[in-house]
Amino acid sequence: MNAPENPQAILLAGLDGDNTWGIEHYIKRGGYSALRKILESGMTPEQIIAEVKKSDLRGRGGAGFPTGLKWSFMPRQFPMDKYVVCNSDEGEPGTFKDRDLLRYNPHLVIEGMAIAGYVMGCTRGYNYIHGEIFSLYQRFEEALAEARAAGFIGKNILGKGFDFDLFAHHGWGAYICGEETALLESIEGKKGQPRFKPPFPASHGLYGKPTTINNTETFAAIPWIINNGGEAFQALGKPNNGGTKIFSVSGHVNRPGVYEIPLGTPFSTLLEMCGGMRGGRKLKAVIPGGSSAPVLPGDIMMDCTMDYDSISKAGSMLGSGAVIVMDETTCMVKSLERLSYFYHEESCGQCTPCREGTGWLYRMVHRIEHGQGRPDDLDTLDNVASNIAGRTICALGDAAAFPVKSFIKHFRSEFEYHVEHKHCLVPVDVQREGSRIYVEHAAC
Amino acid sequence: MLEIEIDGQKLEVPDGSTVMDAANRLGLHIPHFCYHKKLSIAANCRMCLVQVERAPKPLPACATPVTNGMKVQTHSEQAVTAQKGVMEFLLINHPLDCPICDQGGECQLQDLAVGYGASSSRYQEEKRVVMNKNLGPLISTDMTRCIHCTRCVRFGQEIAGVMELGMANRGEHSEIMTFVGHTVDSELSGNMIDLCPVGALTSKPFRYSARTWELSRRKTVSPHDSLGSNLIVQVKHDEVKRVLPLENEDVNECWISDRDRFSYEALNGEERLTKPMIKQNGQWLEVDWQTALEYAASSLRRVTDEHGAGKVGMLAAPYATVEELYLGAQLMRGLGGGSIDTRLRQSDFGLDGKLSGTPWLGMKIADVSKLNAALVVGSFLRKDHPLLAQRLRQAARRGTRVSALGVSGEDWLMTTHARVTVAPSQLAAELAGLVKAAADIRGVAAPAAAASASVSDAARRIAQSLIDDGARAIFLGAVVQQHAQAAGLHALAQELARLTGATLGYLGEGANSVGAAVVGAQTGLNPQQMFAGDLRACVLLHAEPELDAANPAAAVEALKRADTVIVMSPFKTGLDYADCLLPVSPFTETSGTFVSIEGRIQSFHAVVRPKGETRPAWKVLRVLGSMLELGGFRFDSSEQVRDEALSGATGWLPEYKLGNTASDVACATPAAVEGLQRVADFPIYRNDALARRAPALAATRDSAVPSARISTGTAQAAGLATAKRVRVRSAAGACELDLTLDDTVPASCVRVSAGWPQTAPLGALSGTLNVEAV
Repeated sequence: MNAPENPQAILLAGLDGDNTWGIEHYIKRGGYSALRKILESGMTPEQIIAEVKKSDLRGRGGAGFPTGLKWSFMPRQFPMDKYVVCNSDEGEPGTFKDRDLLRYNPHLVIEGMAIAGYVMGCTRGYNYIHGEIFSLYQRFEEALAEARAAGFIGKNILGKGFDFDLFAHHGWGAYICGEETALLESIEGKKGQPRFKPPFPASHGLYGKPTTINNTETFAAIPWIINNGGEAFQALGKPNNGGTKIFSVSGHVNRPGVYEIPLGTPFSTLLEMCGGMRGGRKLKAVIPGGSSAPVLPGDIMMDCTMDYDSISKAGSMLGSGAVIVMDETTCMVKSLERLSYFYHEESCGQCTPCREGTGWLYRMVHRIEHGQGRPDDLDTLDNVASNIAGRTICALGDAAAFPVKSFIKHFRSEFEYHVEHKHCLVPVDVQREGSRIYVEHAAC
Repeated sequence: MLEIEIDGQKLEVPDGSTVMDAANRLGLHIPHFCYHKKLSIAANCRMCLVQVERAPKPLPACATPVTNGMKVQTHSEQAVTAQKGVMEFLLINHPLDCPICDQGGECQLQDLAVGYGASSSRYQEEKRVVMNKNLGPLISTDMTRCIHCTRCVRFGQEIAGVMELGMANRGEHSEIMTFVGHTVDSELSGNMIDLCPVGALTSKPFRYSARTWELSRRKTVSPHDSLGSNLIVQVKHDEVKRVLPLENEDVNECWISDRDRFSYEALNGEERLTKPMIKQNGQWLEVDWQTALEYAASSLRRVTDEHGAGKVGMLAAPYATVEELYLGAQLMRGLGGGSIDTRLRQSDFGLDGKLSGTPWLGMKIADVSKLNAALVVGSFLRKDHPLLAQRLRQAARRGTRVSALGVSGEDWLMTTHARVTVAPSQLAAELAGLVKAAADIRGVAAPAAAASASVSDAARRIAQSLIDDGARAIFLGAVVQQHAQAAGLHALAQELARLTGATLGYLGEGANSVGAAVVGAQTGLNPQQMFAGDLRACVLLHAEPELDAANPAAAVEALKRADTVIVMSPFKTGLDYADCLLPVSPFTETSGTFVSIEGRIQSFHAVVRPKGETRPAWKVLRVLGSMLELGGFRFDSSEQVRDEALSGATGWLPEYKLGNTASDVACATPAAVEGLQRVADFPIYRNDALARRAPALAATRDSAVPSARISTGTAQAAGLATAKRVRVRSAAGACELDLTLDDTVPASCVRVSAGWPQTAPLGALSGTLNVEAV
């Protein structure tokens, strides 16, 4: 990985070197010891769930649902097939944490899934990897082959009579397939469209069978919890926010990238780790949890710690931990236009508010950005976003609405300036200067 | 049971109910588009959002399960705001030009927009335009109007059994379309028009011909198949403009087949006969009724006097009404022993006089849904009985084990328990195998006819399914009824029913085949005897023997030999063998009664005035009877005729009149047949006079010009693998057809459809054919 070693890291620890993704390197780092421990010590599923509950591990995909609780919903005694599915369809603007996990530490995910399979009595698992970075899928397939050859997945694992096979499945770039039920549809070979819930996947999931879906990073945290105990994991973070979390930081910082820090770390510390604001400019706004999380003004953000509860209290979501940092050269209207375009393009089209509303939002913001805004547009925008939020089958509607509402809430004056003056508050050359790094890249 | 309170009204609903179900029970209307009681829940239109106590956001009533003590408000501020919000979204990209939309006036979106829409649109951007699709001759599209409720898609997947429409693309680019280049060919496709809540899918034949509020709605009954589907006929200026289903859960549910829906076009077509005609010196002359009736009466009288009534016969279609058939039978009887029959396609009449009653379904149609197992023998089920097939399909989805023994492997679009497809001559052997299998499972000796039969695995599976607990049935289809060994096959099926305990039933043809038998319209010589004998005078009532007879070539020969042939039909037909044409009413222009296969008596009124000088056939027969001075024609109304014909029965035929049990009939023994055997079906839109003349139906794939269909293996064995066009010869005649490779045709068989003039020269529906490349 060739990044400076981070003493706080547990998921991304020991990845400095070549071929850290190979099974040899993984075992040398202590890999598969958790799976071995469980199978050899005869730890029961109930004990493991208790450990996971103690760890305060919360889902790393965005919703932050307690993992131990989710696992306990699975009808373990259900006599038919059950599935464990890993959601590696990381497609939201700003998120790239699972990319590095899968790229440098795929066996950690495999081990975590095998343990999950053991806990929930599943004999089959799928890892759904997005298709945009195809090498991830290929590397995961290689890792699966290694694990299979070494007897960590397949029949009679470690000679303990536990069967669990794992398969990789790749998408073709639809953001909506990151929604867990759309993901299941996609694995089933259907069009990726979310299902109406209830029934929830725990009772009616993949192929109509009980299914548990967790994020890549969630599975990756499991082996450490088994090896070190739930309480130790919990102690890394803060109450109700156990462990470390990988943040993918992008935007106007000096060193954008992937950072694993304990939950509860102040945002300012994270910003320092990223080398501070580029060019020493002033922090204007942060989207703390991926593009679907509401934006927060810089000063509010500087008072936050990076954990579920603190960010939620500030009015946004920790989400998937994709921190998008914006400095004073940013035009908020243009930023929102870009986000709205994304949701307009990625709506699956199944249910009315999202199919029709996302396009409407984008077109209005586009108009404002291009100097054709009307005074009543802002209220209409806010109202249309409210009409989408909470009225759709899945959360994509909310994801499209939250940025709009939060951008207008926190930066209304900038939008009004746009409407009134037909151009941006931030002069175009300042905006260009702020994005210089990209301009330079484009030049070479 | 769960308790729920909706808008302050409390009620108890069964477990598993949704809020929508509960509201429906209370008679409360929650606005919706994608929800339909017969389709799966999609919850995608979001129009039915309601406020549920303790839920943080509005929930869709159609998909939210009731929990005990739930409190729902459908008109609270939160609910109405949500509903209005959804309505706004639905309208932003929907054209607001209702006056030029064919759905205008019967559009759910239009209706609900009145209640939930704003008076003007906040949407100032460009609207979406979607290219129209060609879905075939029946459904017209205006895809810009589509609101993506996916009712049509779900209908295809769930009811029709084939997903011909799907939603392609994503987001705002989503479009309902067929697979590239395909059309919608399901025999139930017209129901998608009814289901479409907007003007996206409309009826192509009806398009722009009337407004819904100009149409009067009148009830009637479908004449096309033996189900007796209830119809609403919509009429403007005494012309049938459109046909829609009339919901009857026990018969057609809320569906009708495309044949029921679109055949009305023939009623207004140019082939209608509107004036009586007489042929003199080889010329057809239009005459007045008096002349025509006198001619007909004197012809019948003369032939009776010269040759005896035994040489007089009447052939009626099985969709003639009870009243027509009863008076026809009276007429023949009055002449002193004339014959009448409706079973033109039948060739074995060995069951006549041996059955315990009139052959019928053996159960109520609604009970078909409750079967645990069903075996359908010899039926082109989807095409002959589209809605019964649909009912069985739904049953199969719920777990009914539907098995098939037949002469075509055509996909029934349902999960079948077992399928056996054999040549027609092998039906007896397969049935015997089933009888043997059933006897083996029961541990009793098999009847002699089946004692040496070989039992296949499939036969064992089918027999077991028919023995297992629950309601089960054996249905005999048109192929059995038209089979040269019809009686023998019946005897075998009866043995199977006896051994398994399954109910034996018939899938009768025509809307009134049961009624025909009950009112004595199958007396005297049977059609085969009439055609084979020296028929001197013949009355054809709706029937078209040149297409419908078991042997059309022989039938036409016989009619040409006759002294007089009087055609009573709504259409100009039989011009080359008849000498008198009497224009009589089709089902829309006369009052009448049909008795369906379940014994349901359904009377209907005329929905339009007879076209031109057309007269209801029962009145024409009444006048003929009077002119011939025969007794028993003193009726003032069709109701009087019906009451006398059915001995006053209304609603249902008394059970004792119905019966499928034969006595003293020998089981069929397999016949060894050399050469290629003919498999003959009557294509769905070539099945009766009305459907044959409907232009839109004639343009469907089901109406494709008949070809000789043969399986790949048989084609290779016969050296026809590369042949494109073949000459097909039978003992009676020959015709030239295209050759189509079709692996649903059993080995050593060639499927040549009947009901077409092109294939009529081949004569018999069964027997061997010689096929050679041209």
